[in-house]
Amino acid sequence: MARELWKGNEAIAEAAIKAGCRFFFGYPITPQNEIPEYMSLRLPQEGGCFLQAESEVAAINMVYGAAGAGARVMTSSSSPGISLKQEGISYIAGAELPCVVVNIVRGGPGLGGIQPAQSDYFQATKGGGHGDYHLVVLAPDSIQEAVNLVQEAFDIADAYRNPVMILGDGMIGQMMEPVEFVGVPKRQLPEKTWATTGLRGRENHNIINSLFIDPAVCETHNQRLFKKYAEIEKNEIKVEEYNLEGAEIVFAAYGTVSRIVKNAIKALEKEGIKAGLIRPITLWPFPKANFLKAADMPSVKAFMSVEMSMGQMVEDVELSVKGKKPVYFYGRTGGMIPTPKAIVEEAKKILGGAK
Amino acid sequence: MAVVFEKTKGLTEKPTHYCPGCTHGIIHRLVAESLEELGLLDKAVGVAPVGCAVFAYDYFSCDMQEAAHGRAPACATGIKRVHPDSAVFTYQGDGDLASIGAAEIVHAAMRGEKVTTIFVNNAIYGMTGGQMAPTTLVGQKATTAPLGRDENHCGMPLRISEMLATIPKAVFVERVSVHDVPNILKAKKAIKKAFEIQMKGLGFTIVEVLSTCPTNWGKTPVEALKWLKENMVPYYPVQNFRTPEEVK
Ligand SMILES: Cc1ncc(C[n+]2csc(CCOP(=O)(O)OP(=O)(O)O)c2C)c(N)n1
Ligand code: SF4
Ligand SMILES: [Mg+2]
Repeated sequence: MARELWKGNEAIAEAAIKAGCRFFFGYPITPQNEIPEYMSLRLPQEGGCFLQAESEVAAINMVYGAAGAGARVMTSSSSPGISLKQEGISYIAGAELPCVVVNIVRGGPGLGGIQPAQSDYFQATKGGGHGDYHLVVLAPDSIQEAVNLVQEAFDIADAYRNPVMILGDGMIGQMMEPVEFVGVPKRQLPEKTWATTGLRGRENHNIINSLFIDPAVCETHNQRLFKKYAEIEKNEIKVEEYNLEGAEIVFAAYGTVSRIVKNAIKALEKEGIKAGLIRPITLWPFPKANFLKAADMPSVKAFMSVEMSMGQMVEDVELSVKGKKPVYFYGRTGGMIPTPKAIVEEAKKILGGAK
Repeated sequence: MAVVFEKTKGLTEKPTHYCPGCTHGIIHRLVAESLEELGLLDKAVGVAPVGCAVFAYDYFSCDMQEAAHGRAPACATGIKRVHPDSAVFTYQGDGDLASIGAAEIVHAAMRGEKVTTIFVNNAIYGMTGGQMAPTTLVGQKATTAPLGRDENHCGMPLRISEMLATIPKAVFVERVSVHDVPNILKAKKAIKKAFEIQMKGLGFTIVEVLSTCPTNWGKTPVEALKWLKENMVPYYPVQNFRTPEEVK
């Protein structure tokens, strides 16, 4: 297939359909409206079902029902809507249902704004809803990568019976880029023998549930979930290392910010300063080992996390670096976007101070 | 020896956790018998609520999901849209359906979701220990209305069947009671009819069942049945509110 120009939100929706997603439940919110709009036209053409729910609360519980019934299902929203979905996401994680949730992040807190932001990092990676659980969180830096990750997200969800979140900032949703819908390698997936399809000749009834009233059983359930999370941490980390060789400063950035940082790295190079980047593609599981390894490089004097937030991922960078090198932060928030120039200046300040 | 009564295959062997004299058990049986008699057990998927019936997934022998508080109609929507030929039902209390889940039930009805809701109205939050529900009667005592419900402070009890009957796609709406045998038989008939209408694909169906909570009403099981009849039935009339022309 040739490269075509696609708007991010629509590309994400088409990628989901190509991955076999046939059910979508959502509620309008900017800047992700093109996803439900696209789905409302395309899913019926594919024999699927799009429903506009009465709220994000209802939408995520429709996802629960459909995922529990064995379907490939997706929902999308933006920050305030994702907050409402947290109840359902916690139940979905507890009941171990596979589904994909897209968050095209906008500025917060509260109603915040409608411009791109990365201030939902904590909510996405540290739980978000109640209880001990993890989503797999995938953060694309381009529309092409978004398209690939969305397709893989459904396989990851099915492989582990776990919800997967696509965390895209507003730019990923709104900009247009050339895209090729290349097929992502399909995984060997277990059959959904647990789904509530109606017995249809099966002897024992299937139950989709997150209630474990006996504390000992509830603890065992949690321990089992964490064994699964350990498997995911072992198998599913995705990360890009860029220009690390001989770097004095290592940036940490994800999503579209990483592209701005790459420009800053080129500008620094012109001034004779070697800088590199570690770009987590999976925000959970977080590529801790890559940061630790970089911290042990003699050339590296400092780390700097650059985010469209007041400083969220920087905490994971600090934890990963284990105090071996100083970790700095630079961010813009509320829909403001860091410039390469500002990043260069911050980096020079740090390196000047670190001498 | 002739068999006079047999336990329905729609229920599992698991002993229920309901208090002695609670009518949740009767309602479970009516739902399970209806599914069995209509030959629907093999393609039924039920959704349990948050409330005293939270463990209903262990008691019904068909496939079951357990939903978040009030969200059963949304879950049922997801299930039915994936398996349109299945018989999907929600089993919800009055706190679950009429309070926290008010939006979900109204919109499931508005869309005409082809599911059946069994709405167990006992005018109280049973599971959490007897707090006021939106359906608690004026003057009725609850742990959060210790002097009785004051309509000037927290309004009048919500009549869900009457409200849903104004929604065109809520094609079958009936309120029944289980306080004596004739009413139990009528309740069974209504539940069966609701499932039949669901399987005909005509729209959303709901049966509101007036039910007792002897424990939180502070009454013996027999007193509770009498209290239901004398206090709930006058405010919540037992009647059919809508039946589709096709099945009249
Ligand atoms: C989000 C949420 N809020 C509150 C609760 C606590 N809670 C559990 S059961 C219940 C009330 C159930 O009452 P009802 O629906 O009338 O069912 P009954 O027990 O009377 O059958 C409440 C408030 C909960 N589990 N989840
Ligand atoms: S608390 Fe009330 S509703 Fe719940 S099982 Fe006991 S009697 Fe029934
Ligand atoms: Mg109740």
